[in-house]
Amino acid sequence: MFTYFFYLLKRRKVPVSVTEWMTLMEALASGCVGDLDDFYYMARAILVKSEAYYDQYDVAFQEYFKGIEPPPEIREQILDWLKDPLNRMAVSQEMQALLDSLDLDELLQEFEKRLREQTEQHDGGGYWIGRGGTSPFGHSGYNPAGIRIGGEGGGGRAIKIAQERRFRNYRHDITLDVRQIKLALKDLRQLRRVGPLDELALEETIDATARNAGDIELIWRRSRQNAVKLLLLMDVGGSMEPYAQLCNRLFSAAHSASHFKDFQYYYFHNCVYDYLYKDIERSDTVGTAHILQTLEPDYKVVLVGDARIGTTELTHRYGSISYYEPNETPGIVWLKRIGEHFNHAIWLNPTKEYYWNHATVMAIGRLFPMFELTLEGLDQSIKKLVVRR
Amino acid sequence: MSNHDFDRFQGSPDYVASEELMRTVNVAIALERPLLVRGEPGTGKTMLASSIARALGKQMIVWNIKSTTKAQEGLYVYDTVQRLNDSRFGDRDVSDIKHYIKLGKLGESFTSPEQVVLLIDEIDKADLEFPNDLLNELDEMSFYIPETRETINTVKRPIVIITSNAEKELPDAFLRRCVFHYIEFPTPEIMERIIKVHFPDIQEKLLGAALKTFYTLRDIDDFRKKPSTAELIDWIYALIVGGIPHERIAKEIPFVGALIKKETDYAYFMEHVMNRRMNTYGMRWRD
Repeated sequence: MFTYFFYLLKRRKVPVSVTEWMTLMEALASGCVGDLDDFYYMARAILVKSEAYYDQYDVAFQEYFKGIEPPPEIREQILDWLKDPLNRMAVSQEMQALLDSLDLDELLQEFEKRLREQTEQHDGGGYWIGRGGTSPFGHSGYNPAGIRIGGEGGGGRAIKIAQERRFRNYRHDITLDVRQIKLALKDLRQLRRVGPLDELALEETIDATARNAGDIELIWRRSRQNAVKLLLLMDVGGSMEPYAQLCNRLFSAAHSASHFKDFQYYYFHNCVYDYLYKDIERSDTVGTAHILQTLEPDYKVVLVGDARIGTTELTHRYGSISYYEPNETPGIVWLKRIGEHFNHAIWLNPTKEYYWNHATVMAIGRLFPMFELTLEGLDQSIKKLVVRR
Repeated sequence: MSNHDFDRFQGSPDYVASEELMRTVNVAIALERPLLVRGEPGTGKTMLASSIARALGKQMIVWNIKSTTKAQEGLYVYDTVQRLNDSRFGDRDVSDIKHYIKLGKLGESFTSPEQVVLLIDEIDKADLEFPNDLLNELDEMSFYIPETRETINTVKRPIVIITSNAEKELPDAFLRRCVFHYIEFPTPEIMERIIKVHFPDIQEKLLGAALKTFYTLRDIDDFRKKPSTAELIDWIYALIVGGIPHERIAKEIPFVGALIKKETDYAYFMEHVMNRRMNTYGMRWRD
């Protein structure tokens, strides 16, 4: 029963397992379900184990019970399309025909709506809209498959609930707040026993006491502490302006997370050159070579930036955008040195992954594993920081 | 969900549950699965268990989880140190280990002759492996004590409510065995009912003004900690006790300390909300 629904959920990336599906079947068999509303809540309670997937569940539910086509994920379709700007040149004939058959005003309206929704989740909202006119996004906006919106309600209430998609904001792929970042950073730890012997080792005490024929002998050990040292390098100013708030959050989370053994942070403008800055105003400098010299390779390095800079800024001597900081060494060499010196380094990019099709972003992406600055990206990046390369 | 013989939860007089939540609770009871509840702080996760217990007339056992809690402690504790001590100085019979086996909260709820509601509060506080260590026990609702070669079986399967603040990811295997519900932040309508449960005699105007102000504050995204239900109740209590007339609430937001707990949030509030307001009001006076 409803087996196709199971596969729909899977396709929507809701992690459902057969165990849970069997539980649902058991519940159905017991006759707990009176109507579709019951089914909606019961299936959700049994199959979905995080509010992050409520939205995908709603989408799958709509699709299954309404027989309507759900709005395709922007990521999957439009953005695949976006990756190759050449697509813009060649709109296929059948598509052209489809385009002609549709009311343009209507489509445009929907397109705007979709855009608006997107900016709500997208930190650099201005960027999106700003580019909307000229970027290929505009083109795909006319793509009839690109902006399909759920049909009118009707039928069961559950479907309406599903259509409201109230849980959209709980999805993992939206950007982050401070607490979420902190939680993610919590995973970044390596516990080691350090410091004074201040913890009673009960097991060992009992063992030693028993060996002593009952004469109590107390065994002490060191308590466990986090050994992780973090180095945060952030791009400020220029094209990073729209993401300032997001980066702020990352910074304040890292700063207030007290569990690091050491936490150091520096700023750079567009790319790392001979000097790093101790403050956002970029007045107080410290030599990048000095950092590499003094920090041990076991610092975990997190670089934050959009990596989208002029090619010369990355590869040329004196390529720095700032007149006052002529760099003797090309930025890419510095980045390479950072990557080579430290055992663990990753790059967090506040722009969406489909913007990464850019010469410097790709070049930097080859030096550091690059992740989106979203909850999902952060989680992945931290996994990368924990394991040995 | 009619004509079924399990106990049905329909909220209790002192706890307003959304329809979704009640349905989910009943699913969990019917399937005899643990119910995992998540939600913002202050949405009444912990209260839910006591409400279920009261509504169904059952006893409640609370197991508060701390970062140091071990799964074993919930089942039983073998007090070896006491036994060792007794063997040297005491006059008790140390040959019988049973004297030194103390059942934990989970053990208690299994052995209770009546069905109980077991609340495992804030499971995510414990070590990452903690939920995994309880998998089998929660599945079978029984466990074995090797020291005494005894198996503790359930008399009546308890109704298990587990709360989590999502501070740690719970293991998949554990999640698969649970029924899950996310408590959303109450809508103004539900909030009104919740407040009335706490303050049955509250004046409508005061309530209206307080709720309006509260939800306006909650809309400010820059707060590190948004005020939640618990804070709202405290605040309204302060308003009533302080005898604040309702017209003053939105304008002055008295006792704002009851709503905003973080220093940075308070600073933000003073600067962005109150200052701006002063300016607006100031301009009006000039008119």
